[in-house]
Amino acid sequence: MGIRFILMVNKQGQTRLAQYYEWLTLEERRALEGEIVRKCLARNDQQCSFVEHRNYKIVYRRYASLFFMVGVDDDENELAILEFIHLLVETMDKHFGNVCELDIMFHLEKAHFMLEEMVMNGCIVETSKANILSSIQLMDKAH
Amino acid sequence: MGSQGGFGQSKEFLDLVKSIGEARSKAEEDRIVLSEIDILKRKLLEPDVPKRKMKEYIIRLVYIEMLGPDASFGYIHAVKMTHDDNLLLKRTGYLAVTLFLNEDHDLIILIVNTIQKDLRSDNYLVVCAALNAICRLINEETIPAVLPQVVELLNHQKEAVRKKAIMALHRFHRKSPSSVSHLISNFRKRLCDNDPGVMGATLCPLFDLISEDVTSYKDLVSSFVSILKQVTERRLPKSYDYHQMPAPFIQIKLLKIMALLGSGDKNASEIMSMVLGDLFRKCDSSTNIGNAILYECIRCISCILPNPKLLEAAADAISKFLKSDSHNLKYMGIDGLGRLIKISPDIAEQHQLAVIDCLEDPDDTLKRKTFELLYKMTKSSNVEVIVDRMIDYMISINDNHYKTEIASRCVELAEQFAPSNQWFIQTMNKVFEHAGDLVNIKVAHNLMRLIAEGFGEDDDDADSKLRLSAVESYLQLISEPKLPSLFLQVISWVLGEYGTADGKYSASYISGKLCDVADAYSSDETVKGYAVSALMKIYAFEIASGRKVDVLPECQSLIEELLASHSTDLQQRAYELQALLALDSRAVETIIPLDASCEDIEVDKELSFLNGYIQQAIESGAQPYISERERSGMFETTDYHPQDHHEVPSHTLRFEAYELPKPSVPPQASTELVPVPEPSYYSESHQPISTSLVSERESSEIKLRLDGVKQKWGRPSYQPTTSASSTTQQAANGTTSHSDGGVGSSSSKPRSSYEPKKPEIDPEKQRLAASLFGGSSSSRTDKKSSGGQKPAKGTVNKPATVPKENPTPVQPPPDLLDLGEPMATTVSTMDPFKELEGLMDSSSQDGGSNDVMGLYSDAAPVTTTTSVDSLLSELSDSSKGNSRTYQSQTSKGPNTKEALEKDALVRQMGVNPTSQNPTLFKDLLG
Repeated sequence: MGIRFILMVNKQGQTRLAQYYEWLTLEERRALEGEIVRKCLARNDQQCSFVEHRNYKIVYRRYASLFFMVGVDDDENELAILEFIHLLVETMDKHFGNVCELDIMFHLEKAHFMLEEMVMNGCIVETSKANILSSIQLMDKAH
Repeated sequence: MGSQGGFGQSKEFLDLVKSIGEARSKAEEDRIVLSEIDILKRKLLEPDVPKRKMKEYIIRLVYIEMLGPDASFGYIHAVKMTHDDNLLLKRTGYLAVTLFLNEDHDLIILIVNTIQKDLRSDNYLVVCAALNAICRLINEETIPAVLPQVVELLNHQKEAVRKKAIMALHRFHRKSPSSVSHLISNFRKRLCDNDPGVMGATLCPLFDLISEDVTSYKDLVSSFVSILKQVTERRLPKSYDYHQMPAPFIQIKLLKIMALLGSGDKNASEIMSMVLGDLFRKCDSSTNIGNAILYECIRCISCILPNPKLLEAAADAISKFLKSDSHNLKYMGIDGLGRLIKISPDIAEQHQLAVIDCLEDPDDTLKRKTFELLYKMTKSSNVEVIVDRMIDYMISINDNHYKTEIASRCVELAEQFAPSNQWFIQTMNKVFEHAGDLVNIKVAHNLMRLIAEGFGEDDDDADSKLRLSAVESYLQLISEPKLPSLFLQVISWVLGEYGTADGKYSASYISGKLCDVADAYSSDETVKGYAVSALMKIYAFEIASGRKVDVLPECQSLIEELLASHSTDLQQRAYELQALLALDSRAVETIIPLDASCEDIEVDKELSFLNGYIQQAIESGAQPYISERERSGMFETTDYHPQDHHEVPSHTLRFEAYELPKPSVPPQASTELVPVPEPSYYSESHQPISTSLVSERESSEIKLRLDGVKQKWGRPSYQPTTSASSTTQQAANGTTSHSDGGVGSSSSKPRSSYEPKKPEIDPEKQRLAASLFGGSSSSRTDKKSSGGQKPAKGTVNKPATVPKENPTPVQPPPDLLDLGEPMATTVSTMDPFKELEGLMDSSSQDGGSNDVMGLYSDAAPVTTTTSVDSLLSELSDSSKGNSRTYQSQTSKGPNTKEALEKDALVRQMGVNPTSQNPTLFKDLLG
């Protein structure tokens, strides 16, 4: 089904956003996040941005202090996912302006809203920044 | 900038976020979250919580669950919030509910009503929020409650609604295909939607549908091709462009669909070839996204029936990937190679050195991908090198998941391509020694069978040599500490069966070793059972050959210990052994004939040999046979039921060793190494010896049992079945499969021979390359001389790569993002953000900053803007519409200013970028 989860985790291994497209219990999520973060943090920058973990492939990208990690099925196009991450960050940047970790923390729900527009059922459904942000902007205006 | 306007949160919330953000350890974070739970439990119970406040509480609940503990105490408030009229609150409520609840949660029922109401709303954003929730929360039972409305919304005037409605339908299809089977035509209809977003989303369900049933969608081939063509011709709105690439994510989805449709279809493949050729020409291979599309083209081509030109284009693209400095592209290249090698077997040859570089790369991901490629290109000529490498790697890793996988691949390749049985046994020994706990029990049975059956030819001499070499290797290994249980079972069985066969080792020597095993692994009953049975065979062979048996003292004490064992199985074995020692040689020979594990046994199921006895008994007044049921109470063995087989793995009766002649496992069956207990295997072995008492005409279980017993005490003839012949074939593999493809594997395509090129390359590497990629002609000579490949192993740790393995991970070069960029950024080892902060407010960096930033302490405290610039360039370029995403050096003055403004604002809010976590303020994109 493509994307199984999206995580944002900082350099200290603290979760900043987590969205799962298949149901895992809280314990499973904790365990999975811990293992993945350990694996990804141990890697250096010359190495691939892809890591195999159990049945997932993790595509990750680091922005400043924040790691974006996307767990995908085995037959997903890793490079495309890598660019999807960048598109997500660009979208957040367009909305927040110089997006930083704190923006995501203060506006957790908005970051989630953006993801809701971009990914449904584990599939990438929208990639136009204007479309992704329009509903959020409309809501902002209303308040 | 919308964000600053959004800081309309309470001080309390800001403080919470701030403290979480500044938490320095997991323990500290946990403390914060736990106290937050207490606070929220109280606050949520207060009467008349204002709505905005409630929204904040809900988000705080989301935080709690995200960081660990369960927040179920507040779920109901999230559910309530979905009822709110205010869109933002409603959407937040839905969001929280989708994060908290799975589709089968009891509270969902309270939301379905709201969803139904919201689907009817005039505000399309409300409808969208409800559709989002549907995609997460609706399960099979609730589909009918919302289905009619969702279908109606497929024609909504707002494209956003149509898009989400189609995805809701997609979700229904996944959850319960039958619920929407009559609505499939809607997916086709939406493909023609005039909004590209709706069209793009529709590709997702169509991809699923087409993978389930290709033939029904062949008519869409030309539609997909024409859509792709239009996309590449930039007919879609500019807003779908990403880094100058028109709608790349839609292109990739289309290519995935085309790969399905063109698979094995000449006609469809031809229709696609034009647009694929265009893509290869047009795609900008200097950007990541361009390469992502190229890679998808390669995948597509590897699935369809491509023309030679396309193959060539794909090969060229792969070659560019492999030559790139970026590890990501190399990875994609290796993957592409593995796909293309199926249809174009010689393609790997030109890249052999690149492949070997990847194999020796310290990056595990790349290495694994390369092993996957090697696995796909294994044939009898290179199997030794490849499997050797795989085993070396397998030994070096700790990840059990992958260890299992690679062990199973080793076994599969060894079984398929083994050049000799000797090599096969040695390879299996290594696999067992290092991953014995992870491999499937069938692999052990196969190995034992192979040793028992030998080459499958009538060459007894070779067979006994093989066995001797197995025995010798086991005697060497047996004293290693902590061998896996499965391996010990094999060892015990082989030693019992063949330990003394050659006369080289004395019975007391072998039995001493077996006692050692039973002693060293005294908690493993299976191993002990195997060891005792092996002892029994050793002694039986001794007795049968007329020699006097001296039971070793340690053996005697083992038997005595087991006679009192709490395991009835072990007890029984011990009693049998004891009884056997008292028998004369003729009887013993009949019970356990020498080397009879392969002999087929004919069982007289009617027990006709007892007829005379029975007749006699009846004549002398005994009761005749009455019924099964009545009899069942009398014999402990009769109450065998299928469930017995399930509980077996925990305490089996260990007679598998005798079961080898059961050859019905087709050779490839042993390749699924998933370590799942195999009840069927056990079941056959799960019998006590006293079966001679059992009358066995009834149930199949009983019959099965007898089969096992039969094989144990090998006696005459059973009919050679088809399965028997398959074993022979498998056993003969090593000798007969010189010609590639003989064993029918997809990867065993013939390959033309290759000559080593590029003499300036490290000769060792070349040797490895030659042994990996060498043609079949050279392979025969190589075959027996494994020594020739040994030196190649030394190249694993070639010095040049060593420094890469332990770079200090604490010093990330400033630009971590750009995979496409050949690491030009290594000029600076300092963290540019650190500098940026210094730029913004050096005063706020109090002394404690070193704690976190100590990681960067060796970075020179110079404040330059250039390194910041290089970080910023990526975004600025793309947002300004420049063609190169990865150009460096653009002036980013305004960004720095904005960062400063934000910093100031945040400070006003009372959140100070204190030392603990200054990175919170760093721009993600620079």
